[in-house]
Amino acid sequence: MQNPLESQRELTYLNAIVEAQREEMLRDDRVILIGENIDIYGCAALFETFDERRLRNVPISENSFTGMGIGAALTGLRPIVDLTIASFVYLASDQIINQAAKLRYMTGGQLQVPIVFRACAYYNICNAAQHSDRPYPLFMNTPGLKIVAPATPADMKGLMKSAIRDDDPVLIFEDMNLWTKKELVSTDPDFLVPIGKADIKRQGNDVTIVSIAGCLPKSIAAAEALEKEGVSAEVIDLRTLVPLDRESILRSVAKTGRLVIVDNSHRTNSVASEVAAVVAEEGFPSLRHPIQRVTTPDVQIPYSSALEKPLYPNGDRIVAAVKRIL
Amino acid sequence: MTLNAEQSKEAYRRMLRIRKFEEEAMSRAKAGEFSGMHSSIGHEAAIVGACMALRDDDYITGTHRSHGHPIGKGADLKPLMAELYGKATGICKGRGGSMHLADRRVGIIGESAIVGGGIPLATGAGLSIQVRKTDQVSLCFFGDGAANQGTLGESLNLAAIWKLPVIYFCENNQYAISTSVVKSHGQPQISKRAEGYGLPGLTVDGQDLIAVYEAVHAAVDNARRGGGPTLIEAKTYRFDEHCLGLQVPIPYRTAQEIDHFKSKCDPVSLYRSSICSNDGVAAQMAAVEREVSIEVAEAVTFARESPQPDPRDVFDYLYGNPIHYPPIAEL
Repeated sequence: MQNPLESQRELTYLNAIVEAQREEMLRDDRVILIGENIDIYGCAALFETFDERRLRNVPISENSFTGMGIGAALTGLRPIVDLTIASFVYLASDQIINQAAKLRYMTGGQLQVPIVFRACAYYNICNAAQHSDRPYPLFMNTPGLKIVAPATPADMKGLMKSAIRDDDPVLIFEDMNLWTKKELVSTDPDFLVPIGKADIKRQGNDVTIVSIAGCLPKSIAAAEALEKEGVSAEVIDLRTLVPLDRESILRSVAKTGRLVIVDNSHRTNSVASEVAAVVAEEGFPSLRHPIQRVTTPDVQIPYSSALEKPLYPNGDRIVAAVKRIL
Repeated sequence: MTLNAEQSKEAYRRMLRIRKFEEEAMSRAKAGEFSGMHSSIGHEAAIVGACMALRDDDYITGTHRSHGHPIGKGADLKPLMAELYGKATGICKGRGGSMHLADRRVGIIGESAIVGGGIPLATGAGLSIQVRKTDQVSLCFFGDGAANQGTLGESLNLAAIWKLPVIYFCENNQYAISTSVVKSHGQPQISKRAEGYGLPGLTVDGQDLIAVYEAVHAAVDNARRGGGPTLIEAKTYRFDEHCLGLQVPIPYRTAQEIDHFKSKCDPVSLYRSSICSNDGVAAQMAAVEREVSIEVAEAVTFARESPQPDPRDVFDYLYGNPIHYPPIAEL
């Protein structure tokens, strides 16, 4: 909980990203930012405070500028690599998976890779299949990475700052549908949200809704709609995907006996699949009804809004999933 | 710029350490003491010539043919040999193995078995040097096969834009496993690619230690003074097969070609004859040979006698800052 005496400022989700980077760059000279068009889009404000020594606007060479960031991390810096649209992470995935995630382990701890990879889920705006992916689960299958997906301005700021301070590679997924969301956020330069901790965004007793990444506003809306019908839903925002906060999920399910998982990634081997598996293995006696997943179906994202919009989890689909197990 | 007597002896020692380490390792592997390996025999002058031009605090990235790079940079042989045996005392605690003999103590920040994977890392070390404003340099070993990966073109461009202090050093042994440079490169002179990215490039005889040393020394000197990157192609030759245990059902190199390089272009014998100008030097080199043989034998003994890693520690080194990790026992 926020200390009411603590200084706060209203921030959008987008500005929380900029503020977190600015504060950490001020605090630590080793933090640098690498990305395409960062002087014009996204981080132009940082150029007011820092120069091109620490802000590296790069050509379109995702795999190599990502690897360059990793090489800088191996030799004393703490780089942030902005890969912009999450579908572009595939181009850099060799360096993320084969180098960043593995070098510490493969060298028996001789090397450390303190780096942050930023990727923005950029969907539901008619960009078709090559710009619209939400590829969190792909990277959950790579040991050695930490993966966070904040859904509020405060969580974004606090988790981004924790990621920058962490000694391991952290993949941070942003969600462009949340860019304009606002809330009061601490101005304390040491305000951190811990990696590996889920957050109960709404208390409830009848059903646990585990929300992943940008699904939070829809999960909250569904919980509010259910409340009007006398159903008390607990909403847990996972916030960190790796390492998964199993304890928070299991504790809530032990209380409610029902689980709905809301994930905007594709259904097969989704984050929702992993959460369902954890609860099935470790929390089965608590379950009074089958687990429900609300996900994006296994189809490419089409261009037409008429085709695209219904694919993602929304309030109605979440409410319907809850009602199936009441 | 050439090597003084002391450096010359050290260069010979390092070449010999690679040669004898590899000969002994191959023989131990053939005897079944550990699994396969990629020998650096034939590459000694290219590797040591480059490393002699570097300082202890300079960075290196290497490749799956990883044994020569740490030895060339002066690493202790015992942890390297123990790593081949997968032992707890190995340089990578048994997590890396033969393709990944990275020794951070001599500046190695990765030996990548993803071909071309280390090139961006070396570029990043160059970026880090520039941001931190030190006068170190970074040197990237890669092969002729890696020259066809996108990472080389992308990285040369990145380094050229900001004049990063990086030496891109191609050990061109003329075969990517079995595919020759002539069959796989539109421009077989790899150093010519530099011009297209706006940096100097040159080709040297990789079997001639002094030629390699002088080229790398000049490039390093230029990089330390802010002059930016250089691409150096060292023409060399792999005396053994791509890796130990790999069958060659259809020969891709002629016996004459292999014989020619082994008899006429052996970098260790060439260098030995070039420096043994009198009996005094020859006696010194003979002493080096004895010392290296003992060192290699001691490394094998150390490796054999070292303990195996404990399976209960398999999660160690996965994270620097583990957060409720390792997970509940799932093994």
